[in-house]
Amino acid sequence: MRTNINTIRDLAERDYKWGFVTDIEDERVPKGLNEGIIRLISAKKREPEFMLDWRLKAYRHWASLEKSQAEPKWANIKYGPIDYQKIVYYSAPKLKPALKTLDELDPEILRTYEKLGIPLAEQKMLAGVAVDAVFDSVSVATTFKEKLAELGVIFCSFSEAVQEHPELVRKYLGSVVPHTDNFFAALNAAVFTDGSFVYVPKGVRCPMELSTYFRINAAETGQFERTLIIADEGAYVSYLEGCTAPIRAENQLHAAVVELVGLDNAQIKYSTVQNWYPGDKEGLGGIYNFVTKRGKCLGVNSKISWTQVETGSAITWKYPSCILQGDNSVGEFYSVALTNNCQQADTGTKMIHLGKNTSSTIVSKGISAGHGQNTYRGMVKILKGATGARNYTQCDSLLIGDKCGAHTFPYIEVKNSTARMEHEASTSKIGEDQLFYLQQRGLKTEDAVSMIVNGFCKQVFRELPMEFAVEAQKLLGVSLEGSVG
Amino acid sequence: MSLLEVRNLHVAVGGDEILKGIDLQVNVGEVHSIMGPNGSGKSTLAQVLSRRETYQVTNGEVVFDGKDLLAMKPEEAACEGVFMAFQYPVEIPGISNPYFLRSALNAIRKHRGEDDMDAMDFLPMFREKLKLLEMDEKLMNRSVNEGFSGGEKKRNEILQMAVLEPKLAILDETDSGLDIDALRIVAKGVNTMRSPSRAMLVVTHYQRLLNHIVPDFVHVLVDGRIVRSGGPELALELEAKGYGWIEGQARRIMPASA
Repeated sequence: MRTNINTIRDLAERDYKWGFVTDIEDERVPKGLNEGIIRLISAKKREPEFMLDWRLKAYRHWASLEKSQAEPKWANIKYGPIDYQKIVYYSAPKLKPALKTLDELDPEILRTYEKLGIPLAEQKMLAGVAVDAVFDSVSVATTFKEKLAELGVIFCSFSEAVQEHPELVRKYLGSVVPHTDNFFAALNAAVFTDGSFVYVPKGVRCPMELSTYFRINAAETGQFERTLIIADEGAYVSYLEGCTAPIRAENQLHAAVVELVGLDNAQIKYSTVQNWYPGDKEGLGGIYNFVTKRGKCLGVNSKISWTQVETGSAITWKYPSCILQGDNSVGEFYSVALTNNCQQADTGTKMIHLGKNTSSTIVSKGISAGHGQNTYRGMVKILKGATGARNYTQCDSLLIGDKCGAHTFPYIEVKNSTARMEHEASTSKIGEDQLFYLQQRGLKTEDAVSMIVNGFCKQVFRELPMEFAVEAQKLLGVSLEGSVG
Repeated sequence: MSLLEVRNLHVAVGGDEILKGIDLQVNVGEVHSIMGPNGSGKSTLAQVLSRRETYQVTNGEVVFDGKDLLAMKPEEAACEGVFMAFQYPVEIPGISNPYFLRSALNAIRKHRGEDDMDAMDFLPMFREKLKLLEMDEKLMNRSVNEGFSGGEKKRNEILQMAVLEPKLAILDETDSGLDIDALRIVAKGVNTMRSPSRAMLVVTHYQRLLNHIVPDFVHVLVDGRIVRSGGPELALELEAKGYGWIEGQARRIMPASA
């Protein structure tokens, strides 16, 4: 046991070397939320004054909403009351109980890891097994950071950014998702403890997919994370978030915020694969994933693309959106959301057209199996000044079995008569004839379902970076296990 | 050597008996044709042999290659070497033909304990088979059967058969919806697949397909029973006299009480 503890400590220190984790070990603040807690969090993180002020403003706003029970009520999801005073809002990096070998792990999880083809070293990290071998990502991470530094790309933890680049944080924090945006965004603004920060300078094309090598670290991200990505004029960046491996987190409520800012001619591509613990087959446990993600195309000709593959969480409440402010700016949203067993998802996007000749594309693929309830909710808003705006929306639902549900709520608001809008929607069921056809060619039921579903999602998968797309396909197969027959 | 042996097969759909005692023996290397008027049970026989689960076998047995075929799931039967060319091939949006076929081929190879065939080995073989069926390679970039004409779909079925190389190929009304040129191409594909190690069951309503694929045996199915078996000349006789002729005979042989 002693050696295990040492190994973990080694690991924690190694994490620190990467600059991704704060230097406080095993410290927690008391349960509950009040101004004192906010001050404590800010002090522990040695934040500048402006951060504390911002957090306090957010907290006061949240507290006023909480008093009037202003959790958003419009979503098509059901869950019991959340006691916000029972949550611990700050804790140092978790020391997971270590297992000696992978054999001690729940065989169900192990089997899933194998199906997804996750390398052994990563499996151990994810499962919290004491890692004895040298973890080669450390060296990879170092070379990676050096290369980025040469180009002037800043890629670090949010805490580090607050210390090292306060001027950038101050300028852009809350500029896309203000603390007043919604209940969960206010909560996040008040208490967030860490997250990622990216700044790509003028004219730089970031040469690698960010966060690829930090996948394991990303799996450790907390309950209230915050991400801010800024692409300066003419810059390009592709950011990957998430992990295909199933993650069992201790905390049920996850309220993250992601803000993207694109200046003139900038491009940001943000891809997510989300596979948080969905709860068991009866619907017990599982993560509430209440996330606010938004990008602002601030400059002319800028472009922001969201691609998401959502298979996890008990409840997903998430609308990655684009504010198309710069003329000729482009917003895209490609989504696959899968609900199996008792999962609920209310997800979609908002495209707000402000600038001239702005265009947006929405492709949403919802898959429901078991008792899963899947809702697409999307808003396209063309404001008065958005002359020549265009939107194309395609919204498809696939049902597997007869106990699940698919729901679609498109909102369209047009205030400029030159706008061109297209909306296509379809609902289909995996038919017995399709299944039989594939089985007659030798494919097992499970593989046949997986093939049909992957075909259905192809339009979205091809937007994902190559290696992520392959993983996402496998993930869908695993998530659908047992949904037919 | 006997490949398929059907003994006293009775099959019902939703309580209605469709097949009322079929006996049929097919040896490797033989081509058998099942003919019969609409509603006689031809397609039901084809579907049961490829193990579609919507049909209930109420009596009888089927031995395929020494094994109990009726105990197999559709994918097991497929892996053992039963292939059906569908009368109405379905579309699988978003899945390309080569990907689909390679997955199927590898499922079958896995069942046999063989290694997966990788894309490098698969593609040249696949292109050969495309040529055989005179199919445009561009068609193969589309999703399985999506946007295919009726004739293209049928040709695609035979292409799949050529790639998967089954022991028993069941062709369910493959000629329906084909124009004369497509019929010739499909027949050519089927004929090159004839082999001493393979058997075929050609289910058809019309004799014209049998001008191109000449069977070794013809069986006439009427009202769920094989009422007559013979050589290829039986098909010609049917063509000349119509099904009414044999239905009349069948009624005389088997009283209505049967």
